[in-house]
Amino acid sequence: MNTLAISVSNLSKRYGDVLAVNNASFEVPLGTICGFVGPNGSGKTTTIRMLLGLIKPTEGSGSIIGNSIAQPEKYLKEVGAMIEGPAFYPALSGIENLKVLAKIGGIPYSRCQELLEVVGLGERGNDKYKTYSLGMKQRLGIAASLLPNPKLLILDEPTNGLDPAGIQEVRDLLEKLASEGVTVFVSSHLLSELEMISKYLVMLRKGEVIFAGPIHELLARHKATVIAKPSSINSLNHLAGLLNKAGFKSVVEDDHLLVDADESAAVRINKIAFEGGVVLAQLTPAKASLEETFFELTGGAA
Amino acid sequence: MRIFLAEWRKLRRPTFFFGTMGSVVFVTGLVTSLLFLLIDAKTGNADRGNRITREMLELSDGFTIGFNSSNGLLGLVALSVFAAQTAQEYTYGTLRNLLVRQPRRIRLLIGKYFSMATFALVSVLISAATAVGLALALSGKAKVATDNWFTNDGYTALGHSLVNVLISTIGYGTIGMILGLIFRSPISSISIGTAYLLVVESIISIAWKPASNWMPGNLLSVVATGGSPIGVENAPTYSQALLRIALYLLGAGLITATLFKRRDVAN
Repeated sequence: MNTLAISVSNLSKRYGDVLAVNNASFEVPLGTICGFVGPNGSGKTTTIRMLLGLIKPTEGSGSIIGNSIAQPEKYLKEVGAMIEGPAFYPALSGIENLKVLAKIGGIPYSRCQELLEVVGLGERGNDKYKTYSLGMKQRLGIAASLLPNPKLLILDEPTNGLDPAGIQEVRDLLEKLASEGVTVFVSSHLLSELEMISKYLVMLRKGEVIFAGPIHELLARHKATVIAKPSSINSLNHLAGLLNKAGFKSVVEDDHLLVDADESAAVRINKIAFEGGVVLAQLTPAKASLEETFFELTGGAA
Repeated sequence: MRIFLAEWRKLRRPTFFFGTMGSVVFVTGLVTSLLFLLIDAKTGNADRGNRITREMLELSDGFTIGFNSSNGLLGLVALSVFAAQTAQEYTYGTLRNLLVRQPRRIRLLIGKYFSMATFALVSVLISAATAVGLALALSGKAKVATDNWFTNDGYTALGHSLVNVLISTIGYGTIGMILGLIFRSPISSISIGTAYLLVVESIISIAWKPASNWMPGNLLSVVATGGSPIGVENAPTYSQALLRIALYLLGAGLITATLFKRRDVAN
């Protein structure tokens, strides 16, 4: 039985001299939320287009829900997607736009109103698309991607233009869908949001996959650090000396020390401080964020 | 069928539908009105200063002359509609949505084509109704006898005109769709299409007359008029024109469809 929603192997796409995607290989298990991150121009959208059959890979292969990406007609009935933001007919209303896509996909019209309610556009469905705000357009794009009741949802920057409440709604929606067994493959620059909802992560840099796997594995790669903050700022250098003497590397940052150690060393650090006459006001492991790890791996590219 | 119906949802939106049909009524009305109202004018009452006499209008096919004479303008309307409806999928970025829901590209193209062809059919029917209605309304003022119109020959002539103008209109539309797929911009495809048909073909035909027998626009006019375009000498026969234009459109259509099937959708 197929357990992978997405599997790509040595996938490349070349535009003239530019290698947009270079030998990308990764897998995304079914039923998970997978973040897809990388700086601008790293090949995310090109990869998504290849997954959806919109462009043909120069080299390599892939499969979506067990079907080759060379035959998108075999799997796209089970895939919902929003690529490069929402794109609709300005002169048609929101619901008319959904009905165009529903008709082509053989999806009952009743699903259109239902989805407008889900994304919070229930009362604006009859307004023309051109009158929508960016956030509303984004919501309509999400509604369109949900039309086929997908097993796999591929979203490219779904929270672009949404206010904080809207971002939270999308996050809740994606988590709900994942809990119902839908695989969500989502690209976003909001790394903190992705960190909250993703179990898996695929990271690209200059067209190459630099990480693909469970997000906790990525975060574990980050250098372990413990924050040690003395009750008095005057003890900062004294504490640094004590720790260095005991073999710990540390640096002073503002009113605290960053000690290169994992959380299991906290007891020892506490003891060293206590024996050296330093009272600690804070002793906590510094948890690496996805954002920090992202910048570390991508060399600071935004 | 699903693509056909989905496309009609776009075509039937009131501003677009009534706007286009309004222009069809205006164009046909103008041509037919001038035909009857300027019947005695020395400057002529038809295209390029040609003269359609009272005797010609009184023939059994007299009431279709206005309709037939509108074919070029009807064709330009069809070209614009087909080109815009096709190219806007690129400019709006909606093509990617359509292809995600229907990845069989040729099927998508055929569905769109047939929906626009039926739209062209509606426009031709409206044009015919306008022309015939106005011909009847103005026949008294122009002192044109209508006895021969409502005979079997008259109805047959009307039927032939409908078919010929429809073929011609869809031909123009097909050119528009091909241009839309090639240029991927409504403005570019419409302006290039109309400039070619109105200017380039005329210049080439003036520079080298036999070339006009092979020009798509001229061939479509020959088809629309059933092989006897007004004021054109040594025109190809109806069947020659039909064969030539069919070969052109089939060849260009196949090349464009192949391009559409293979080309990356990267907008």
